[in-house]
Amino acid sequence: MSELRYTKEHEWVRVEGDVGTCGITDYAQSQLGDVVFVELPAAGKKVARGGEAAVVESVKAASEVYAPVSGEVVESNAGLPDNPAQVNQSPMGDGWFMKIRLSNPAELGELMDEAAYKAYLATLS
Amino acid sequence: MADTPQDGLQVTPLNALHRELGAKMVPFAGYDMPVQYPAGILAEHNHARAAAGLFDVSHMGQVRLEGAGAAAALETLVPADIANLGVGRTRYTQFTSEDGGILDDLMVTNRGDHLFLVVNAACKAQDLAHMRARLGGIAVVELADRALLALQGPAAAAVVARMAPETAAMKFMTFGTARLGGIECWLTRSGYTGEDGFEISVPAAGAERLARLLLAEPEVKPVGLGARDSLRLEAGLCLYGHDIDATTSPIEADLAWSIQKRRREGGGFPGAARIQAELAKGPSRRRVGILPDGKAPAREHTEVTDMAGRRIGEVTSGGFGPSVGGPVAMGYVEAAHAAPGTKVQLVVRGVPRPATIATMPFAPHRYFRG
Repeated sequence: MSELRYTKEHEWVRVEGDVGTCGITDYAQSQLGDVVFVELPAAGKKVARGGEAAVVESVKAASEVYAPVSGEVVESNAGLPDNPAQVNQSPMGDGWFMKIRLSNPAELGELMDEAAYKAYLATLS
Repeated sequence: MADTPQDGLQVTPLNALHRELGAKMVPFAGYDMPVQYPAGILAEHNHARAAAGLFDVSHMGQVRLEGAGAAAALETLVPADIANLGVGRTRYTQFTSEDGGILDDLMVTNRGDHLFLVVNAACKAQDLAHMRARLGGIAVVELADRALLALQGPAAAAVVARMAPETAAMKFMTFGTARLGGIECWLTRSGYTGEDGFEISVPAAGAERLARLLLAEPEVKPVGLGARDSLRLEAGLCLYGHDIDATTSPIEADLAWSIQKRRREGGGFPGAARIQAELAKGPSRRRVGILPDGKAPAREHTEVTDMAGRRIGEVTSGGFGPSVGGPVAMGYVEAAHAAPGTKVQLVVRGVPRPATIATMPFAPHRYFRG
């Protein structure tokens, strides 16, 4: 049973057990445009919720990707740096960025569920 | 997305067409301009390199200088040889300041009985005021009733020749008039992508019809400002306000090629003392191409250091080069580090990353020289 949560900065985290797989949302990738570069954290890196965890760059600009939850990076998406277009093609699937072992699962309660995120997106257009 | 331009922004005659085509509109130099269409910057960039891209550059200033001695008068403001520019020929130059900086860069065409200038949108008002103050006896006429389209790419010439066969023989940096779809147009075989192509000045009233005619050709797709920037960066071409400005001289900017022999020797343009001194002794810094060794793009203002970590300059334009397939940049470094092949470091997000000074263009120029 997995639990999907979103941030206002348009990251998602899908939690199974004590590990959350993280990436950026379809809205985020569509705002960025063609992704040409990603820089991912090494396994073992400690990240804090809302802190810089990864970098994503389109032709036009570089953007930070923030950690949606605090914890330790246990894996990054090894195939992504060589095929950054996956972020555009499959932002919630093959275009994932990293897996974080949650140090404070209670943080999930501060994130949005699917319905809340959709309502949040509606306020942005 | 909003259906109308943001308040206070000017629009080009193609504004409604951009919106109809689904463009993402952004403010640029006071104009509401398309940064990209639904195809996206990468696809638009690649299309301009593979076939033909249509750009709206109507925000740029089109100016006519009229009066006997217009060429000699303009030479008091720019370092290029205008007096010996042949009729129907176009030349790239810069307005220089008294201390040798660049106030704007521009294209000048000799149309026989007058000069035709194209200047940057952001500098247009300042350029007009500068010329009106300094060019006594010359009429400085802003051609605000004309739009400017650019058709760029290896198929551009064939598309235009289909409408006006006589344009096929025009060579790079020459001017001609032609009727395209019955509309009287002024064409220069030039552009800002490194590709063959034309810039087409058209009466504002005919601009949308001409754009639709060109877009109806199978080779042609619209290209926005995003890809215009990546195309010109790969071509090693300067963007005013970024790669050149009032603090950079044409010699530092590696634009000495645009100053012909008579002007180098004779001077007589603003900033001649500094420019002639830099021509003789070499400038203290130079604009160079920089290729990151890794994959991380280095953006504008990225610090450039030597291998020991000492600051030697700064990136002025940088990003991902779709045709190169990796990051490309240009910037200024101390002259001692400016030779192609020199190893340097780019400090991206606080981390020094290896890079190499490289010759430009990054994507070969494919101009039609006959």
